[in-house]
Amino acid sequence: MIAQESSTKNRPPIKVRVRRQDGPGQEPYWQLFSVPHEAEMNVISILQRIAAIGKTVDGQKVAPVAWDCGCLEEVCGSCTMVINGRVRQSCSALVERLLADQPDEIVLEPMSKFPVVRDLMVDRSRLFHSLKRVKAWVPVDSYYNMGPGERQSRKQQEYNYPLSQCMSCGCCLEACPQFLKVEVEREPGETEEEFEERKQAAYNKGFIGAHAISQAMLFNNHPTGKALADDRLGALTGTGGVQVCGNAQNCVAVCPKEIPLTRSIARAGRSATFYMLKRMFDR
Amino acid sequence: MSAHRVVVVGGGLAGLAATMKLTELGVSVDLISLTPVKRSHSVCAQGGINACNDQTRQLGDNEWKHFDDTVYGGDFLNHQPPVKEMAFWAPKVIELMDRLGVPFNRTGEGFIDRRRFGGTLYKRTAFAGATTGQQLLYALDEQVRRREAEGLVRKFEFWDFLRPIKDDDGRCRGVVAQDMSTMEIRAFPADAVVVASGGCGLLYGRSTMSVFCNGSAASRCFQAGADYANGEFIQVHPTAIPGSDKLRLMSESARGEGGRVWVPRTPQDPRDPTAIPDSDRFYFLEEHFPEYGNLVPRDIATREIFDVCVNEGMSAEADRMCVYLDLTHIDRRELDRKLGGILEIYEKFQGVNPRDTPMKIFPAVHYSMGGLWADYQRSADGGLEPGAPQNQMTRIPGLYAMGECDYHYHGANRLGANSLLSCIFTGLFASPSLIAFAENAGGSYRDVPESLLASAVKAEQDRHNGLLKGEGDENPYLIHQELGDVMTRTATVVRRNDQLTEALAKVEDLHQRAMKVHLSDQGSWTNQNVIFAKAVQDMFPLAKCLLEGALRRDECRGAHFKPDFQKPSLTADSHAERRQQAEAWCDAFEENNRKYLKSTVATWNASTQQPELSYEDVDTSLIPPRPRLYGLVGAEVIEEVWKERAAAKQSDALNKNNPNQPVTTG
Repeated sequence: MIAQESSTKNRPPIKVRVRRQDGPGQEPYWQLFSVPHEAEMNVISILQRIAAIGKTVDGQKVAPVAWDCGCLEEVCGSCTMVINGRVRQSCSALVERLLADQPDEIVLEPMSKFPVVRDLMVDRSRLFHSLKRVKAWVPVDSYYNMGPGERQSRKQQEYNYPLSQCMSCGCCLEACPQFLKVEVEREPGETEEEFEERKQAAYNKGFIGAHAISQAMLFNNHPTGKALADDRLGALTGTGGVQVCGNAQNCVAVCPKEIPLTRSIARAGRSATFYMLKRMFDR
Repeated sequence: MSAHRVVVVGGGLAGLAATMKLTELGVSVDLISLTPVKRSHSVCAQGGINACNDQTRQLGDNEWKHFDDTVYGGDFLNHQPPVKEMAFWAPKVIELMDRLGVPFNRTGEGFIDRRRFGGTLYKRTAFAGATTGQQLLYALDEQVRRREAEGLVRKFEFWDFLRPIKDDDGRCRGVVAQDMSTMEIRAFPADAVVVASGGCGLLYGRSTMSVFCNGSAASRCFQAGADYANGEFIQVHPTAIPGSDKLRLMSESARGEGGRVWVPRTPQDPRDPTAIPDSDRFYFLEEHFPEYGNLVPRDIATREIFDVCVNEGMSAEADRMCVYLDLTHIDRRELDRKLGGILEIYEKFQGVNPRDTPMKIFPAVHYSMGGLWADYQRSADGGLEPGAPQNQMTRIPGLYAMGECDYHYHGANRLGANSLLSCIFTGLFASPSLIAFAENAGGSYRDVPESLLASAVKAEQDRHNGLLKGEGDENPYLIHQELGDVMTRTATVVRRNDQLTEALAKVEDLHQRAMKVHLSDQGSWTNQNVIFAKAVQDMFPLAKCLLEGALRRDECRGAHFKPDFQKPSLTADSHAERRQQAEAWCDAFEENNRKYLKSTVATWNASTQQPELSYEDVDTSLIPPRPRLYGLVGAEVIEEVWKERAAAKQSDALNKNNPNQPVTTG
């Protein structure tokens, strides 16, 4: 608020290269921007300055770069993008550190596994759809006052809490070799509902991804949540389920919340095997 | 198909709690949000959620004391029936959230763990690490996704709410909103509408709030005829990490778990803070407030930090203002278990490990106590009448405000860990009121006249097209920066009438300039430029309410602090003289309350583009207002005098045969 900025030394401006795209299905192109180097900058403040300046390094007047952001403290999951080749949250990408690794310029690209909406904005609705596929919720009877929930051990809380910190940012999906882009375009004459249905059908064929597998394990470990354990395992053993995972372990390496995703996947794999066997014998 | 449809604007705790409850009651919901609801600003709440509990009860706590702490902390500007109802619901809210799967921290025996928070002496606060808001939001988000999968909820994420639709009788019949990708503007007919759009921190440029907290939804309702109340009450949180894009919150829970605030006794002591011995440290909160220590209410902690840095020149750094918030004496495992989330934020953004080195923090704009004026129906026992159509309804019939964007729960200063409670409480409690309203009012979302919807859409399409064609030359981003600068300079911790007058003139000028913006993007696909320009224009009505309200309120109350109208400490040495001074002090206090213990209510005048203020009595019928004396010299004498007066009033009241009026003297 009132804190004064620490004095900025006379530093050369920062070069920022942005991969832009005007809309879905359009050709991407690159633009270079020059931004004054201030103290304590991150990629968000760079994009804010670019919006205010409104010009490329050659003085060409351009529309502000479109991007998504929210809390700016790495807890909402909005501002994921590929920065200097690595997927991460742009709010916690501090300029000083980026320049220390790569002094000449900062390169910003949209995630490649989701359809581009515009510039650095992508459509991550598939990610939220996956949470429906695994019924990532506790099936309570009602929202009336029914007294406290079941008592839980500290150990169980300490297992669940890290999994529950998943902010649906999509880093794990961008880094995953098995998670491939699904882009569905609306056809002329198609209603909104028809388009939505066709999109979801296409999503259902693709890999469900580490985040959703981990959420399934979270709710299967909850006293009431586990009532739907078989439904979740059914989803995880179907098309695009846990068997698609190639064990590259990239997901856990890029997760900004350091969620033990590979532990969840291993656990899901074991549970899925038991579930399949059980189904075989129940038949 | 459901009999009723409700539009909910905003998908934070209040909006999701309302959506969840409405669907349970069989209502279908169109949920409109600037962002995927899972990313709403509620995720930033860190410390916890308050409710009296089995443990505190055995130490003498109860719901009434939670209620009392809330109105005392709020300097009695809170309407008491809603606060009372909220405090009595609090334990039930925690139990529901527990059932929904929130991973609250546990004691060794498996009970929900609690910590202490500001403005109370009891450990009421339940928490999930230091990301309690995130965890509560996720639990509600999951329930709403479940209802979405069942077909009861349609989500419109990345949609901007533009205006409520009012029919000829002035009743709200739906909303107009805009798809932020396709830029399509569309009408959403409804039987009733909930606005749960959060705070307006972006008026200050940088704050602890998320980028969507621009106040535009509340402002658009205000401009459509819903009043805006107590706008001048803005909470400045004592502890945040300064940053160039945002001021990141450093939760009160850091102090709740034993964190200590200090500065070196020698200003700008060049030694590393860990090398400064205790004797050379000034723990100013602990020295000034022996009872509450580091956990005084937020407005007080903020003023102390501000005072130490600005007036005493004791900032820890020479070229910027900050004080130390020290956790280094606390066991690491305990820190990680209870505060992990916020320690990571500090580490990531400052590159320093707060387990080893004291953090550097400074106050930042954090919460809007004020908001859309909202009604309620008082029950016979002094709480709220469940299901009454008026509960949370704005001046526009059928339009409801819930969560941070309403005005009546937190008075002049909100207590920490009460906001999550008020959001979930209002969503759950008031949802049946919407149904009662819809049934009484008759008609249906299905038969809203097409012409009404079309004309509302057209008005917004005209505004949109006008902005794209704008002939002006103003840059909306720079206007926003200027607005943020003037608001931060004049309307945060310390307020002075000359500065406020100047700020009003400056804001008027900026408002006119904001109406003449030139957009660098005139396209018709994902045009964030035009969305932002509209949000900036709509910040001005709220900024004007805030400044005008602050200018006209010549007193100190909660977060609103005017040094020119500060009540003095007692100066006399002899007890008799002190008594006299205390009598005079109490007279002045009562006189001041007669004049200023009122809600500021603003009505928008579209032709002058100015707010018109009036003043509304506050319902203080349950707990009589008493002086808030944290740290004042002579407080004990004032308290003595005050208690005598209160006792006299009580016996008067009893003599008048009015035993229904409980009186607490604290």
